[in-house]
Amino acid sequence: MAKQFEDKNKGGDKGDSGNPKEDAIEVMATVLEPLPNAMFRVELENKHKVLAHVSGKMRKNFIRILAGDKVAVELSPYDLTRGRIVYRYK
Amino acid sequence: MAIQLRSAAELDKMYRAGQAVHEVLNALRAQVKPGMTTMDLEEIAVGLIARWPGKAAFKGYRGYPCVLCTSVNSEIVHGIPSPKRKLREGDIVSIDFGMEVDGYYADSAVTVPVGKIRPELQKLLDVTRESLDRAIEKMRPGNRLGDVGHAVQSWVEQNGFSVVREFVGHGIGTRMHDEPNLPNYGEPGRGARLQEGMVIAVEPMVNAGQPEIQMRGEWVAETADGSPSAHFEHTVAVTANGPWILTRPREMTGPSW
Repeated sequence: MAKQFEDKNKGGDKGDSGNPKEDAIEVMATVLEPLPNAMFRVELENKHKVLAHVSGKMRKNFIRILAGDKVAVELSPYDLTRGRIVYRYK
Repeated sequence: MAIQLRSAAELDKMYRAGQAVHEVLNALRAQVKPGMTTMDLEEIAVGLIARWPGKAAFKGYRGYPCVLCTSVNSEIVHGIPSPKRKLREGDIVSIDFGMEVDGYYADSAVTVPVGKIRPELQKLLDVTRESLDRAIEKMRPGNRLGDVGHAVQSWVEQNGFSVVREFVGHGIGTRMHDEPNLPNYGEPGRGARLQEGMVIAVEPMVNAGQPEIQMRGEWVAETADGSPSAHFEHTVAVTANGPWILTRPREMTGPSW
């Protein structure tokens, strides 16, 4: 009797490792305007405008973000219109 | 639980179980004729089993109702014998059978033509049987599970057929299905290393068309595109001298079925 098996990686890949933390795409962006609750509208290099929130690590270290700053944004592979601000460039 | 290694004494017990399975399957495949129903095969099997010590492994396993799996044409595995399923000339039927003797299991299967079959079907049977032979050749200490799976997959795909992904070979011993899983596909050099004392049921399942399957009810798996499917299986032990096919007589040589 054959054994039934559910293989997460059936000898082929969808380009998804199954872990959104590893699959995230990091891009550079410029901050357009601040929104309430530590959210910002940012513009990516490809002109797309995205809703981003400040990452906990930056809040913990009291790093301020203003309009016009250049920042690094992590985009989720599942929703390319939302991101997480992870770094502020000098 | 990690992969269990069997002692020589345990392997002997499994060999006895394997011989019982082999005898039953051999007798069954000689009797397959057009006009029979799959339930006829089941009844013949029940009669044969009574002559051996031990009992059939499938009946009652997770609620499975019979001692055999009879899978016709586009059915891949786990076809349930039925008085309404008549075998016709030109069909292929795969018979899967397992027994438990003295606490140890053996599992084997063969796909049999019903009367005369078209040459393409014969090719499917030959290629599937050869893929099992090639897989068994790889069952040596030091090789990896991926080597075995790759052997099946590459031979099958070279011949224009496809390998079923959703069902796999399996370790076997004190339980019917045990560690490790042995998929019929893979990359060479990947997967667990084979060691002396491992016993694994190797069972390539090959579709003439596409690899996708669909379930019909709780048990029966069939090809999504309706193409025929073949299945061969042996319970193989890894020994220092190479593979030992427990589900056939030790003296036998040549193709495994």
